This record gives sequence, structure tokens and C-alpha cells, in this order.
Amino acid sequence: MADQSESEWAREVGPPAPDSLLDLYYWLQLTREVERVLANLYRQNKVIGGLYRSLGQEAGAVGTAYALRRRADGTGDVLSPAIRDLGAMLMMGAAPADIMKQYMARGDGPTGGRETNVHFSDYGKGYVGLISHLGVMVGVMAGVALSFKVRGEDRVALVYSGDGMTSTGGFHEGLNLAAVQRLPLVVVVENNGYAYSTPTSKQTAAAAFTDKADGYGIRGERVDGNDVLEVWAASRRAVEHARAGGGPTLLELVTYRRLGHAEHDSQPYVPAGEVSEWEARDPVDRYERWLLETGGMEAGELERVRERVREEVAEARSVAESSPMPEPRSGVDGVYAHERGWIPWTRGGLEDPDEA
Amino acid sequence: MERPDHVRQTELGQPVTMLEAIREALWEEMERDAGVFLMGEDIGAYGGAFKVTDGFLQRFGEMRVVDMPISEAGFTGAAAGAAHMGLRPVVEMQFMDFVSCAYEPLTNYIATSRWRNAGPQPLVIRGPVGGGVRGGPFHSQNPEMAFFHTPGLKIVYPSTAQDAKGLLKAAIRDDDPVLFFEHKKLYRAPFLREVLPPGDYTVPLGQARLVREGVDVSIVTYGNMVHESTRAAEQLAEEDVSVEILDLRSLMPLDEEAILNSVRKTNRLLVVHEDTRTGGIAGEIAMRVSEKAFEWLDAPMLRVTALDTPVPYSPPLEDFFLPQVEDILTACRYLKAY
Repeated sequence: MADQSESEWAREVGPPAPDSLLDLYYWLQLTREVERVLANLYRQNKVIGGLYRSLGQEAGAVGTAYALRRRADGTGDVLSPAIRDLGAMLMMGAAPADIMKQYMARGDGPTGGRETNVHFSDYGKGYVGLISHLGVMVGVMAGVALSFKVRGEDRVALVYSGDGMTSTGGFHEGLNLAAVQRLPLVVVVENNGYAYSTPTSKQTAAAAFTDKADGYGIRGERVDGNDVLEVWAASRRAVEHARAGGGPTLLELVTYRRLGHAEHDSQPYVPAGEVSEWEARDPVDRYERWLLETGGMEAGELERVRERVREEVAEARSVAESSPMPEPRSGVDGVYAHERGWIPWTRGGLEDPDEA
Repeated sequence: MERPDHVRQTELGQPVTMLEAIREALWEEMERDAGVFLMGEDIGAYGGAFKVTDGFLQRFGEMRVVDMPISEAGFTGAAAGAAHMGLRPVVEMQFMDFVSCAYEPLTNYIATSRWRNAGPQPLVIRGPVGGGVRGGPFHSQNPEMAFFHTPGLKIVYPSTAQDAKGLLKAAIRDDDPVLFFEHKKLYRAPFLREVLPPGDYTVPLGQARLVREGVDVSIVTYGNMVHESTRAAEQLAEEDVSVEILDLRSLMPLDEEAILNSVRKTNRLLVVHEDTRTGGIAGEIAMRVSEKAFEWLDAPMLRVTALDTPVPYSPPLEDFFLPQVEDILTACRYLKAY
């Protein structure tokens, strides 16, 4: 859509099938709806920690993940999200109820209440949860890609980074290693203007993050991150380049974070008018218009998708809300493979001094 | 496929150094398990700074002997990713001093992975440590305690060729991440050359080794200090001081039972470590003995350690910095007389 001619589009990714178009719409809507419900839960104090939303940049996570081979049996491509890539997690197969349980610190969530937000993994489905220390996941996903190369597997790893993460040593070391080894790794830089309150101009002196690709000797591409079809097309190019043995791509998505870093952040640092400017470029609205005007979709078809999404998310919410908090002692085990966790004698553990 | 001569010494019944024992362990594990592979700096064509991986590239190829750019944090992270996918990476730190660059992925990502339900991390980070070779402040460190405080990591530190081979094999087969410390002064020490048991064997992690039995003082130690303590014990025997020496072999898991048993027997404890004093493992050991065997003690628990400074370069400075046999003698005599 947007700036791309029909013929160029067809040449690069083949004509989008109606199923794919609606599919993308579904994932965009699902991401937005899950986050809307999470915000609601947050305001009800049911989300225990912070809530990090991707409002206005959902097309980045969705368009990129849509270019991957998504399989549930551990043979597909593997991604690692950044904090605002909930959409990509959903697309790889993370259940909305699990994401809500995780945010609400519930005992039957993916980490049993030990970890928060999208910090969880499923190697069968193909996602590796991040930790809060930015940059390390680039190295970790380079290692995932290295395992594909070592075993001669036809798989691709994709790692997301914000603009802020690019400043870390981990980002550099991981990307350089992947470049030198020509690993099948796609590094997506979601340039949304801010890392917490720090604008991109204080994160890098480069005019564009793709300028760095040359320095690493890898492919770079920069696209409008709010155009889901363009993101998808660019991601397919990057993924196929990696799968064919061409090595990493640094894919920059130019987008905007319309909300604060987390729900508590009212963005006092954002210049007046900036957010509304980007509201006009909302990726979901834009795609909806394109589907109706160019994609040949009927309004009723889109409404049916939205209805399905609302039902699924409402169901997930009720499952998550009725799930239990963890037993206090359940956090003790699992530090090592074969050792039980230690509980102090003052809590009824085994090391009563009188029994020494 | 026939092994080259430099990894056949045990097969041929010949003695090996600790370095050769480590090399044999790596080679045999790579033969045994196709998932085991090596990552590190200069480990391929050059065979590693200490030649531990000499000949590995030719035998196992560049898919399993992967030379890394200078990026300890990056390739330690990459080892974690490969481990997620079911491989068993063995990462060489050219000098363990540089493991501090990988502190972040090790302590935050790797150590927590199993507990976070993000899967096991069956990987080994190994490399040379220790002073006495005039390596200066950045090629002589003993950084084990920087990791001892992180739940989720295991720490192994052998003192003999036989243990080095068996412990490294056990570490590679272990489903938890293991930091494996190799004292560079022991790598080629002639007195440590020994004929190893033929065939495959492992030494379980978390079991101390009784080096020497005694009744007057227990020395709990590890690494090169096992040998310094033995030298001291031999002298003390002539003075009618009977010293028991326990080689921890692994700091995590820590063989608390072996320590307590020895203390209950001799009633006097000296901890000797080459690591610096404050925050060294002596403090943890003394606390555990206080908790569980306080009434068995007949003297204060003492320690002999390096000084609380960086490791100096010049021989007179480094010798003054490192624990010496004389320090151990003095401490043991004090304990015996107490």
C-alpha cells in the first residue's frame, strides 16, 4: 500500500491473499484489544507491576512476525520480543490468557508468578522471553541462529530492539558476532522516538539506524513501521535473505510510541501536538482504510473479525481473572536441576540449630 | 576416527599434565556427543592461547570449533541461545579475568533461566585463572566469588589432572551452567603429571576430596592452594602437627557435609584460598561451621588468603600479595597451640 506500486508489491512478496489480509487485521486487532483489557486490569490494580503498551506501533510486531514460519512443534523460526512486541508473541502462539496471568502474577501463568509481562518462553512455539537488561537478547538470538547454522537447519531467528537498546554493548557484540558468522538473524529496530523519556536524538548521532548496517557489513532496510504491509514485505525480504545464507539484516521500522514508557508515565517530555500528529497515522486505522478502499474488503467482514477478537479476549480475561495466585513456597525450587530449594529454619525449614 | 597422538596419552597409558587432561576431556565429550561444541577467541587454527584446543578445528571442523570476535558478553549470550536450542556449548574465556565482561548474561540471563521457566542452560564457561605467573592485574584473577553469590550457577575449580578431566566431563554433561576454573600455574606443572584411569570417567560436582588425613587442624582449600597446603602439611608433620586437607573441587555445590565432618574430627579450621580476603569463600564456610558445628570448635576459625588488592605484576609484590606456605605454617601452629 502507501508508496509502493502494485507491480513492485507483487514482485516482492506475491499478491497478498485475502486470507492473509484478514489474518493481519485479526492480529492487529487482537494485540490492541489484549492491551486495552490489560490497561483496564491495570487500573483495577489487578496488574501487579508495570504495563508496557504498543499502542500506535502494533504493525511493527505483527508485520514482522507474519514473515516468519510459525509452527508449534519446535521446527519453525524463533523470535525474541522487546517489551512492546506482545503482538509478535500472540502470533507465535502465546495465549492471551497466559499474557494476562503473567501480568497479574498468577500461579498458573507461564512462569508461575516468578516473572512479569512478556518475559516468558516457549521453544516449541518459537519465542524466547527477554529479560530487562537490554542488549543481551541480540547475543542470545545470535546463538539461536548459530544453532541453526551448526545443525544445518533451514530456520531463522529474529530479535526485536527498541531505539534505546541499540546503544548497549550487548546489541553491538551480538550483531557483530552474527554478521561475522553470517548467521540467519534478523534484527528489527523499532524506532519509536523514545526510550523511556530519552528521544532518539540522544540515543544515536546516526541519521538512521540503518546507517549502522554498512558498518557491520550487513543488509539494512528502513521502512514505515506504521504500514503493516510494507513491514511485512520488508520482513519477508530480510527473512528470506537470512534463510538463503545471506546473513543478518538490520530492519528499521520508523514508528511512534503514543503512550508513556509504562502506564504510570504521563509523557511530560513529549512536545505538544506530537502525539496527535501520529494518531493520524495510526497503523490499524490506516490498514482498515486500505482494506476497504484497495483490498476489496467489506465493512461487515472487518466487523466480524473485531467481534471474534472481543469474544476471545473477554474469554481470556475471565480465565485469567479466576486463576490463583502462587503458593509462597512455589518460588523456591528450580534454581538448579537436581537440588531442592533452601527454606530457612525460621520458616520451618530443615536446619533447626537444636538439631545440629 | 583415530585420535591424534596429543589426545591419546591416556589411551596409551602415558601420564598427562592437567592441561592435557582438560584437552582429553573436551575431545572425548565432543566425540561422545554431537551437541557439544566450542566457542571462544583464537581457539580454532591457533588452538587457544594455552593450546588447550590444539588440533580440534582439524578434527571437528569450524561448525563445532567456532572462533569468536572479542566479545565475551556477546558470545556468552550466544552460548545461552545455543543451549536453549539443545546444544551444549563449552565457552573458553581466554583468561577468566575477562569473564567479568560476561557478568551480565551470566548472572542475569543464564543463571536465572531455569528458574524463570525459560529452560535449562547446559553450558560450561571455562578458562585459566590464578596468580603466581607474573600475569599482572588482568591475567591473574580468581573471580569465582563474583559468581558464588548468584543462585543458579555452579562453580568448579580442580587441583589435579585426574579431577580436572573427570570434573570437566561432569560439567559438560550437567544440565546447569558451570563455571570451570583452571589454574594456569597447574596447567603444565610437572609434579601434577599422572596416569589417568583408562576409559570414560566423571567426578561428580559437589563432592570434596580428602587429600590428606590428620587430627589436629582441618585445612579447607581448593585450586593451587591444595598444593601449597600440602607443602605446609609435610613440614608440619615433622613438628608433630597433624593436618587434614580437604580439596573442595567445587565451590557450588559446596560439600558442607565433608567440611563439617572434618571439623568435628579435628576441632580446628583453617580455610586457605588464593582469592582475596574480603568476601572470599572462607567467610561462607566459617558461617556454616558456626551454624552447624559451633560446639565442636576448640579454636577460632582462621583463614589464609590473598591481600585485598588487585593482583600486582612485579615478583616481590605478587609474592607478598599471594598466600605463601609460610602463612599456612604460621596459622596452623597458632591453631595447634591455641
